[in-house]
Amino acid sequence: MRRSIVITAAVGLTMALAACGGGTGSGEEETTAGAEETTEDGGSAGTLTIWADEFRAAALTDIVAQFEQDKGVTVEIVEKNFDDIRPEFITQAPTGEGPDIIVGAHDWSGELVTNGLVSPVELGDVAAEFAEVAVNAFTYEGQVYGVPYGIENVALVRNNALASDTPATFDELIAQGQASGAEYPVLIQMGEEGDAFHMYPLQTSFGAPVFATDDTGSYIPELALGGDGGTAFAEYLASIGQAGSGVLDTAITSDIAREAFANGESPYMITGPWNIAPFTDAGLDVSVLPIPSAGGQPAAPFVGVQGFYISSYSENAILANEFLVNYAATEDVQVALYETGDRIPALTTAAEAVSDDPIVAGFVAAGEIGVPMPSLPQMNAVWEFWGVTEANLVSGVATDPAAAWATMVENIQGAVDAA
Amino acid sequence: MARMNGRDAADRTSGAARPDPDEAAAAERAAVGRGTTSHAREMGRFFLVKLVILALINALGLFVVFSAWQVGHWGVLAAMVVILVVANWVYFSRRMIAGKYLFPGLVFLLVFQLFTIAFTAYISFTNYGTGHNASREDAVAANLAQNENRVPDSPSYPLTVVSGPDGELGFAIIDDGAVLVGTAEQAFADAPDASITDGDVTEVPGYDVLTFGEVLEQQNEITSLRVGFDDVDEGSIRTQDGSTGYLHRSVLTYDEATGTITDTDTGVVYTDNGEGSFQAEDGSTLLVGWRVGVGFENFTKMFTDSRLSGPFLSVLVWTFAFAFLSVATTFFLGLFFAIAFNHPAVRGRRVIRSLLILPYAFPGILAGLVWAGLLNRRFGFINQVLLGGAEIPWLTDPWLAKLSIIGVNLWLGFPYMFIITTGALQAISSDVYEAAKIDGARAGRVFRSITLPLLMISVAPLLIASFAFNFNNFNLIYFVTEGGPNFPGSPIAVGATDILISLVYSVAFESGTQQFGLASAMAIMIFIMVGLISWLGFRQTRKLEEVL
Repeated sequence: MRRSIVITAAVGLTMALAACGGGTGSGEEETTAGAEETTEDGGSAGTLTIWADEFRAAALTDIVAQFEQDKGVTVEIVEKNFDDIRPEFITQAPTGEGPDIIVGAHDWSGELVTNGLVSPVELGDVAAEFAEVAVNAFTYEGQVYGVPYGIENVALVRNNALASDTPATFDELIAQGQASGAEYPVLIQMGEEGDAFHMYPLQTSFGAPVFATDDTGSYIPELALGGDGGTAFAEYLASIGQAGSGVLDTAITSDIAREAFANGESPYMITGPWNIAPFTDAGLDVSVLPIPSAGGQPAAPFVGVQGFYISSYSENAILANEFLVNYAATEDVQVALYETGDRIPALTTAAEAVSDDPIVAGFVAAGEIGVPMPSLPQMNAVWEFWGVTEANLVSGVATDPAAAWATMVENIQGAVDAA
Repeated sequence: MARMNGRDAADRTSGAARPDPDEAAAAERAAVGRGTTSHAREMGRFFLVKLVILALINALGLFVVFSAWQVGHWGVLAAMVVILVVANWVYFSRRMIAGKYLFPGLVFLLVFQLFTIAFTAYISFTNYGTGHNASREDAVAANLAQNENRVPDSPSYPLTVVSGPDGELGFAIIDDGAVLVGTAEQAFADAPDASITDGDVTEVPGYDVLTFGEVLEQQNEITSLRVGFDDVDEGSIRTQDGSTGYLHRSVLTYDEATGTITDTDTGVVYTDNGEGSFQAEDGSTLLVGWRVGVGFENFTKMFTDSRLSGPFLSVLVWTFAFAFLSVATTFFLGLFFAIAFNHPAVRGRRVIRSLLILPYAFPGILAGLVWAGLLNRRFGFINQVLLGGAEIPWLTDPWLAKLSIIGVNLWLGFPYMFIITTGALQAISSDVYEAAKIDGARAGRVFRSITLPLLMISVAPLLIASFAFNFNNFNLIYFVTEGGPNFPGSPIAVGATDILISLVYSVAFESGTQQFGLASAMAIMIFIMVGLISWLGFRQTRKLEEVL
């Protein structure tokens, strides 16, 4: 008995320490040692490590095999939960044990750049082959930090069995939805914590973008969601919320909204391309349309861009660049990535290749007036206050919409200043 | 006698043997082929097993030492050497009998408890977090790299990496059909005799053209190589992929001697401001900072930052209320069931008891998520089915949410209390009950004067432990309500059901940027608070024993 404790203890301890030792080294020596071993044949060196979520990892397999064969190198794809990639990268990269490349969203760039974790990528002539919004999204303080592969934005999805022609304003759309006799006139997911991302097209239609923009269209850290436009939007939310006409409801989470729409309980839903597969699987005939305006101005959705970042701690910078610029930024790869997540390819030729699909074309059309999600590190705080305030307006907890919105602007300003 | 000694020796083979004077026993053992002398007896099977295990431990330990040495991690190396030396000494020495038992536990205490606490304390005195994530050296490199911009409208140059006669690296680029070659020391110059094939430089007199494999072996050197032109202001050529060169200009330069960064465009000098950032005279800082010690700043921030100190008090009060109510409700429900099902008249007690402890076997996180779904205002089972469509805001009204949290924790926690009180009840001697009966005590009096005081002796320490656990019951709060409903208009995202530990999480990780330093400081404060309460509680429990 005593021995078994000793064994367990010793093995546990050694493994723990081994893990500590392995996790905090610079990794420099290892790479050099590996390089020396392969000096003789002169044809192969280096191992490229990529962190990707399960879908992206599967889509990259073919091109990785091609790359390994062409260059005589080894590529290791490490599958991670998408939400874990950023925090783990932030803590692990400085130890030298992080990956060379990560797959991520463009709005991580602010935090990653502020921590000095990612290298600028020189896209060179390839830059022109990408959709402009995609490259802009990965631009932070004048430098491009990623190779984009997919663009996503929300749009109005219509169940053609319940509605056929869509009016030009959101109010008329609600009236049409109510007249259709379906349980919900229109579905917008929010939940008790709110969802400012899905609500943003309505907000911009009142002329209240989250941040001001400079001449070139990039964000400056100056809040613009206050003012008359913001107040009007707050009042509008309250008027169609639970205390008003009841169109919006904080009980509608993403799961509930998806299921309700798939069950044919609503003619319209504001959602993104990731939800199309469940709808078509349910046998629905859907169309994708631009979002009608609620406040008179264009309803511009946020555009999110997914792409690849290169770690500034990478010992394989040349290999990583070679892989991203000359392999990942090719039509085949971008189409393969599109097929795994239905995000529209960032590479223009790849996007054209898949745009015969009316659904893709619909999202592209809806996203044309879209703006990239801000990537400032303070966005985390902004999302939180923003969502909760919208939820309070919709649920009727906030009885004075104008005051609640003003408090939110103040709190967001406080969070932006404090960071 | 002989048999007894034989058993004795078997017990002792673990290495704590003393010489056995019993000749008969020795002869008996010799007969079964184990050896005849007392020393040889220790060299038996068990000793061999010990030897093998310790050899394995030493091998693993030495491997750790070696890897730590290779990556230059001296702390791990020193700790491992000390542990190995002590382990060998303890298990080969004949005198360290107590040590043989205590050593594994002590090592665990050291590695998993003391080290963690010490490391958290260390982090709490730094500004580790977004923007202060790594070392100063890394921050300098990152700031320089981020401010090295491609010259606008400059062309891209087909580039080949070459090495000079002394092995120094250089670039050969094609500019308007002509080949230019240069190194870090030598600006680009014409190489008229170089040959070009398919748009690539394939040969440069005086230089070796590197193959892709050779390029990969020197990736860091090549990506950090800058080759300039005669006109220094024009910028320099760098490459990221080893095959294309771009003209870049570096806006910032780092001066090693003074430790300052200078903006060459504006002439602004950024100096180390002692807080982990490069700061200009006008107060602006460069984007990337590094980790430095900040003293007690994280601790004082909890009280001086008005955004934090405002909700802090109400969260503190709720934390205590939650922890206390959780223990009280679960304890009394558990006790009630324990007494009820301890009565001999109840049929099927074993089955009922097994069913009652089921929630205890359910993973807490899953239970939290399931309950959150059940209590959903509009679609939850409780409102929709049990209450016939009533839209009761179980999780979104501040007081109902508190009630729901206590309720869910009651469901999760009472089986534990049921188990421990059942055990403790069965340990109370039936004599005292008989005596009470003879004295004519009624059931209520028996419970108050006999059952509860005797129960408390064994259960009170567990109640204190349960209090400490619930004080930090992050999973329940996070998965049932996420701390919500949020206080409307609060300057940080804090809600009516947030306890201290979930406040730490939302302040340090969800409200904007990540602040590991602040989170560690708050965790240390909670640790001290819980430690203090537990210590006071355990001191009080000694008084309970006076009833005996």
